[in-house]
Amino acid sequence: MRLQLVALSAAISSIALLCSGPAVAAPRTYVVVIDKMKFGPVPTDLHKGDAIVWVNRDFLRHSATAGDGSFDADLPAGAKKRTVLTKSGAIPFACRYHPGMHGSLQVR
Amino acid sequence: MINKSASFIFAALLAVAAPAAAAAPTDPQIAHIAYTAGSLDIAAGKQALARSHNKEVRSFAREMVRDHQAVNDKALALVKKLHVTPEANPTSAGLTKDADATRVRLAKLSGGAFDRAYIQNEVAYHKTVNGALETTLIPNAKNGELKSLLQTGLALFREHQAHAEKIAKDLK
Repeated sequence: MRLQLVALSAAISSIALLCSGPAVAAPRTYVVVIDKMKFGPVPTDLHKGDAIVWVNRDFLRHSATAGDGSFDADLPAGAKKRTVLTKSGAIPFACRYHPGMHGSLQVR
Repeated sequence: MINKSASFIFAALLAVAAPAAAAAPTDPQIAHIAYTAGSLDIAAGKQALARSHNKEVRSFAREMVRDHQAVNDKALALVKKLHVTPEANPTSAGLTKDADATRVRLAKLSGGAFDRAYIQNEVAYHKTVNGALETTLIPNAKNGELKSLLQTGLALFREHQAHAEKIAKDLK
């Protein structure tokens, strides 16, 4: 009986220890809309591991292509694709078909 | 010859771009001009794909065919929805006549000479059409959806012009 109580106490302590560790935010998913030859606003609080769903509402083919090659979503008219941010730092991106369409992500 | 073609296009578009001298174009006329301009560039792109072996030029030509076809498909769907019948007009006729002449001239060229002539014509063509869109066609479009489509088209065609200008430099 005493042995069981000690084991239970140790288990509770372990759980408490795990819970009191540094908080790690769960990855989030954001949406960036492309329409009328423009990328819409990009999220400002991005973290490594977050995902972006690129939604092409235009009638033209576009892409969301990272300058550093970390993601490349080819987006036919009306398509949407999810990319995961695997690197931190500033990540410039552009449409590979229309390079005048571009933006930048700031990933922590 | 290229300058002559560009001047002709400019003169044709000036006919609708000078509201003081001529009546402002109507929506059916604007739709016809925009659709015609797109169709002519699709034809030019197909000619380039049939004649050019230059990777950069062929990629540009594919872009022209893909993008202008998408705009024209959207324009067709819009006029159908709005029950608007595009109306033939002297500007569309002038554009077609000039493009026909350019196509005949380019058909006699090959290799680098063809590539340079095609791309230089694309620079001039987009510059002129973009000017007409900006100063005449968009301001005179009455229907909001038509105006919006033309505005998206202008943003797209500016990309095309910049792309053609870059290739023109590369080909020098």
